[in-house]
Amino acid sequence: MLKTLRTIAGIGIVTEPAPASDEMLWVRHSLQDEVLAILGRALCIRHVDAGSCNGCELEIHALNNPIYNIEGLGIRFVASPRHADMLLVTGPVSRHMETALRRTYDATPDPKIVVAVGDCGCMGGIFGENYASCGRVSNVIPVDIQIPGCPPSPRRLLQGIVTAIAKLPRDARVTE
Amino acid sequence: MTKWLSRAVPVRGSPGTGELVVNSTSWIDVAHDVSSGGGQLASLWTTSGDESGNHANVRAVFLINASVLIVTLPIVDDSLSYRGLETLFPSAVRMQRAAFDLTGIRSDAPDQRPWLRHAAWPAHWHPLKFPAMRSEIAAKSIDNYEFVRVEGDGVHEIPVGPVHAGIIEPGHFRFSIVGEKVLRLEERLGYVHKGIEHRFTELHLFEAHRLAARICGDSAVAFSWAYCQAAEGLTNVRVPQRGLYLRALALELERLQNHLGDLGALGNDAGFAFGLAQFSRIKEHLLRVINGALGQRYLFDWIVPGGTARDIDAASSNDLIAFAHEVASEVRHLRQIYEEHSGLRDRFSGAGRVEVQLASQLGLTGLAGRASGQSLDLRVDRPWPPYDQLAVTKCVRQEGDVAARVALRFDEVQETCVLIAKILRELPWGPVRVETPLPNVPGFAVGLIEGWRGPVLIALQNGGEGKISRCHAHDPSWHNWPVLEHAIIDNIVPDFPLINKSFNLAYSGHDL
Ligand code: SF4
Repeated sequence: MLKTLRTIAGIGIVTEPAPASDEMLWVRHSLQDEVLAILGRALCIRHVDAGSCNGCELEIHALNNPIYNIEGLGIRFVASPRHADMLLVTGPVSRHMETALRRTYDATPDPKIVVAVGDCGCMGGIFGENYASCGRVSNVIPVDIQIPGCPPSPRRLLQGIVTAIAKLPRDARVTE
Repeated sequence: MTKWLSRAVPVRGSPGTGELVVNSTSWIDVAHDVSSGGGQLASLWTTSGDESGNHANVRAVFLINASVLIVTLPIVDDSLSYRGLETLFPSAVRMQRAAFDLTGIRSDAPDQRPWLRHAAWPAHWHPLKFPAMRSEIAAKSIDNYEFVRVEGDGVHEIPVGPVHAGIIEPGHFRFSIVGEKVLRLEERLGYVHKGIEHRFTELHLFEAHRLAARICGDSAVAFSWAYCQAAEGLTNVRVPQRGLYLRALALELERLQNHLGDLGALGNDAGFAFGLAQFSRIKEHLLRVINGALGQRYLFDWIVPGGTARDIDAASSNDLIAFAHEVASEVRHLRQIYEEHSGLRDRFSGAGRVEVQLASQLGLTGLAGRASGQSLDLRVDRPWPPYDQLAVTKCVRQEGDVAARVALRFDEVQETCVLIAKILRELPWGPVRVETPLPNVPGFAVGLIEGWRGPVLIALQNGGEGKISRCHAHDPSWHNWPVLEHAIIDNIVPDFPLINKSFNLAYSGHDL
């Protein structure tokens, strides 16, 4: 236990400050306020792998590491579409996941934002469309934001998510 | 067994690999001899006949010590079934079912349920047999898969997935439980089947390495290397030494990335969030150092036909050496913390145990295999260049539980860090890539690489003018998924995520 605490203290906080002079500066300082202003709580994301090679997932995972520290920005990954404001969808949509993706979309309360991730999610990628693949996510459900890349870096992912938050209607705020 | 090996015809361009064309009697005889001699089934697949008069066939690849034996059984009439190998090699069942879904060539095994096919196309249509997609194949409803039912007092079922709670790939698990205890787990995979083997036939021989890299994103290097090895075998190209070393560097970096990710996730799944924070921090730094040195975080398309996409400069090489050293020492420190943590010890030890004997019987392979005494590591047992010059030390454990799979990852992190430094220090001078001329005749070659998860295989058959007539890709998860069903028996349901993570098997790499 002592060793653990010493390690924690020794390493300190590694979360990065914003890189100077670009839109990320705005992100780091005001994103949390923005999310609060719009939602009045954390932004909840449901990730759906609809046919990805698992490469995009590796970078989505990285958002949770202490360096990007996405939770510190007021953004949280949730286990159910019922709790989600945003769907983060990867992969060309395989025909075997088509129904599951539609159902997840339907189960997500309105207003909802759909972000398609990766060259596959945006364009179908190298897999394209065939007997088993529906191609891009927007062939199956409506998409609001696309984040290309193969896989997109965590930074690109963050930028895409931030752009999507700005699209959330102000009346999404929960009134209690 | 040696008798078959000596009769086999060497496969041009795939050293240490022989092919044997057999009739249906010797098909079973060979399999029998390989099984009783302790050899392993590496993969099994079928190929449809074509217009130019090539017969359909079923192929099995066996690993016999350092040799690879490919056994080909021509199928003259594809309405007849071939003898299944599932009684000799249990992992063959799903491969045979998948082969039928894709090509319509049927084994005589009792389990004839579809495997990769769900409802997206009808049972009488086979994507690798009928070349063009026809609109009438579209079917959209959910199918009724026949799961095996466990009956009895107090037994009930928990279906999980395909969409899971975390950031993971889709698959379906059906638990039959009594109280909290798991009596049986049945997996259903194939959700991310996206027609990869069909897609290969639409790509050029020298561009399809990009598709190979995307079979399974966490094993991009392993698959693209296996693909390029096969493609280079077809053309008899010799990759320059420096290119080979830089490929091995990428493969070891991929191993390191995955092990760091898994060690963090395993800590987290056992309730120790500190582990996830630390390992994911180290992993992120590693990705950044790799990005600085090689120009990309994940090494998709780093390996290209003829060598590697780019070179590394001396300064970056030194950065990587220094960082590998740092990772090794940080991980040693974290290992102590993991080992002293009573909560982790409690959750890890004894969970999801696969005894040595069961592992050998079921054909458990790769990393999970080595944690259960199955010592195969192709880098050591069948070292392909440059591993023949790197003298890898093999890590093996006997206990076969989550703790052993964790410990093995810790061991391999150390070995891999040593290798990374060694590869970079001994990096030969010269070009990293050579031109690859198109093969002028149709041919067949295999690539076989020990990825971080286990042996990855690509079997490649080219037509004329850079066309691919068949490319079969095989991930070690085909062997290990069925073993996971055994590993969970008698454990409690809440331990499943941890046990599952300790295997960390591929969905996309398996579903194709
Ligand atoms: S975009 Fe690239 S990394 Fe993402 S799923 Fe597609 S192939 Fe994999």
